[in-house]
Amino acid sequence: MSTATASQASASTAKKSGGFTGKAANYLDERTSISGAVKEFGRKVFPDHWSFLLGEVALFSFVVILLTGSFLTFFFQASMAEVHYDGSYVPLKGVEMSIAMASTLDISFDIRGGLLVRQMHHWAALLFVASIGLHMLRVFFTGAFRKPRELNWVIGFVLFILAMAEGFTGYSLPDDVLSGNGLRIIDGIIKGIPLVGTWISFLLFGGEFPGTAIVGRLYTLHILLLPAILVLFLALHLVFVIVHKHTQYAGPGRTEKNVVGFPILPVYAAKAGGFFFIVFGVIALIASFFTINPIWNYGPYDPSPVSAGTQPDWYIGFADGALRLVPPHWEFVLFDRTWSFNILAPLIIIGIFIVLVLIYPFIEAWITGDKREHHILDRPRNAPTRTAIGAAGVTFYAAMWAAASSDLIATHFHLTMEGVIHALQAMLILGPFVAYFITKRVCLALQKKDREIALHGFESGRIVRLPGGEFIEVHEPLDEYERWRLVSFESHAPVILRPNAEGKITNKARLRSALSRWFFEDRIAPATKKELESGHDGH
Amino acid sequence: MAHDDNSGAELAAAASSDHGPENNVSTGTAVVANDAVENPGFPPHRQRVTDLNPKKERTAERTVYTLFYLSIIGSVWAIAAYMLFPIEPENLLSVRLNNLFIGVGVALALLGIGIGAVHWAKALMADHETIDERHPVRGTDETRARAVEIFETANEESGFGRRTLIRNSLLGALVAFPLPAVVLFRGLAPEGQDPVALLNETAWEAGTRLARDPSGVPIKASDVTLGSAFHVIPEGLSEMDHMLEEKAKAIVLLMRLKPEDLNEREDRKGWSYDGIVAYSKVCTHVGCPVALYEQQTHHLLCPCHQSQFDVTNHCAVIFGPAARPLPQLPIAVDDEGYLIAQSDFQEAVGPSFWERH
Ligand code: FES
Repeated sequence: MSTATASQASASTAKKSGGFTGKAANYLDERTSISGAVKEFGRKVFPDHWSFLLGEVALFSFVVILLTGSFLTFFFQASMAEVHYDGSYVPLKGVEMSIAMASTLDISFDIRGGLLVRQMHHWAALLFVASIGLHMLRVFFTGAFRKPRELNWVIGFVLFILAMAEGFTGYSLPDDVLSGNGLRIIDGIIKGIPLVGTWISFLLFGGEFPGTAIVGRLYTLHILLLPAILVLFLALHLVFVIVHKHTQYAGPGRTEKNVVGFPILPVYAAKAGGFFFIVFGVIALIASFFTINPIWNYGPYDPSPVSAGTQPDWYIGFADGALRLVPPHWEFVLFDRTWSFNILAPLIIIGIFIVLVLIYPFIEAWITGDKREHHILDRPRNAPTRTAIGAAGVTFYAAMWAAASSDLIATHFHLTMEGVIHALQAMLILGPFVAYFITKRVCLALQKKDREIALHGFESGRIVRLPGGEFIEVHEPLDEYERWRLVSFESHAPVILRPNAEGKITNKARLRSALSRWFFEDRIAPATKKELESGHDGH
Repeated sequence: MAHDDNSGAELAAAASSDHGPENNVSTGTAVVANDAVENPGFPPHRQRVTDLNPKKERTAERTVYTLFYLSIIGSVWAIAAYMLFPIEPENLLSVRLNNLFIGVGVALALLGIGIGAVHWAKALMADHETIDERHPVRGTDETRARAVEIFETANEESGFGRRTLIRNSLLGALVAFPLPAVVLFRGLAPEGQDPVALLNETAWEAGTRLARDPSGVPIKASDVTLGSAFHVIPEGLSEMDHMLEEKAKAIVLLMRLKPEDLNEREDRKGWSYDGIVAYSKVCTHVGCPVALYEQQTHHLLCPCHQSQFDVTNHCAVIFGPAARPLPQLPIAVDDEGYLIAQSDFQEAVGPSFWERH
């Protein structure tokens, strides 16, 4: 009896809440409890800022990569068996090439829209890596990696590396001259690894280079293994974004305890959903106008030809450039074995660089000892040492990256190859220090100016003459909302080295205090209430 | 308005009393000023033109649905272009047009939706920001206590901590079980072959004629004029099994210099023929073909990382990351005047590897 009433009641509510949609929603909810999810997430707030779009570009271009990539798998054949090309592209007719290359040519020249999808896939991949890189820079320079987001920084960085691996494996699939040459370089690098290199290369290529196995193997990595890991880490990354709630920039009304922005339904969904289509559309537009990776100009892989000015895709450039910057003769024979430091040195340096980037959040957390959660982003100037370290890192990366185009730089600017390499070697070593120093000074100067403006207002451009005959420029005071943006940050003081409970000073403490001094000894504190009231900064 | 729920003073008090959502957490070296400026709270809301002016609102509405209609047109156009601009065999222009017109249609379809939706959100949807409260990421003390309790119970009920023999043997088994899978990967490379031996030999043998790459036509010493350079493969390469693997090791550059320009070592005096020298074309750095010969300076340049080799000095490295000279192929001339190899290379060609010496 009671069940009957209950079901009647629920039926009537469903009817009341309107026709088909209501019924469908009721049907779904009774089977999935989805109303709970809508209640929980439907009005979740996302703050708005252009720099938050970089991560979205990465996410959306990945979706485009998945869609276009799936289309390509229906036509691409990852086989290195040799055939005589018999497709529409006349200059290569009758040329012997692998099926991988031939099927890529068929996608480009014999399937309507195939070239478009192929080019969209490649452009989207370039955009994917680029946007992850920029997103990481945004996160770094605003301190968004601080507690509780340190692990998400690590996950994001792994995604960056996976994206590059996806890019490289994809680049190698068509089996054209450039991709084969890229693999040749990888083979050479692997062989330079002590102890295991020769065998790793032998196993990877299924025998001697180039063999007939590598394209098929890379294909498995490219469409199965790497994407699976990537999707997993991406999902984790997004789950953490939900768990932590998004960071926000400082602003009036915003605190560490709230998130201010637009709710998912409807505004954020419309904006982000719309933005997905914009990213997708822009990629389509680029792909319809600009050729990328015209393998038909390069021809099938042959170990013999290579032309001057060949370039890897830009995101691999830093590694290629690192190889170029090694001075001659960094290889020697010891214990009857070859030690190729011309290969090991770049590998080790890049390895250290990667590890430092990966663990930076933990280093900074250890130095500051700050155990609070941080949800308000720093303005880069308000963390001068961090910003300077970031600038140094970017310079280091840029030197390696530029080196990958050393030959183009030399011919374009009519310089000698040697001169360009030597300049870039100097930039690799000295550049980071210069960048560090300049950035830090600029940050401090900007902070001083902020403080000045907060205390005395901004220059209005209006000159008045005082009764005494003196000319001054009138300073307009800021309103409290503008001022809040300038004063709402925290500064850190260096730790003072003190003996611990046993009266000892440990080396760890010594190191921490030294690092802390390095980080925070130049410090500009935000203007306080008292200073504002008295209208000057007390000096 | 949502903003009015939070007055500035309240926010500021909250912000200064404790910075994060958690209480009593170390602030580390942060200097928490006790007379920090107070958060002024939200600024007054400013209305958009579309809120104030119904005409603008109607314009915005029109823009949005026009964009959505344009998107439909784009989709239809892309389908039409698929049929209107087919690919004609052997006609490159048709490929280009096909790509362009389908692409433009697709782009219009996507951008129409995208820009329309964003404009809708910005100009017409409710324009008030809302506020979510944050809570510490960590679970509450009760939750954490309960979690600890659950683990303790599980440990108690299973005896995981107590029965150490069971536990340790299980851990051992878990470590061991993936090992067979690792071993299976030995099958990636063929068995019965030794990579080191393979790397130490190439297709060159005593008497193999030097032939042009890629035609395979043998080269006479008299064809090699002063200052010229030839890309060379062993004769008969195209008939070999594993042609590409052999080619990857056997490619050679052949150059003729004035004999007096060559600085030949005593033990290699007999390796050249009348100023003609042959060197491996595989870079000793990481293996790119060293394809560029600079005739005036007699330098070879590897395009990959700009290593330079001096042909007059047995291809010693003069610049770039390579460490070793390019290996030299000893050559001679047979009775018909064709260039032949005296033997295989005397050392492994190509990039260095661990077992090389
Ligand atoms: S492969 Fe020749 S310089 Fe690197």
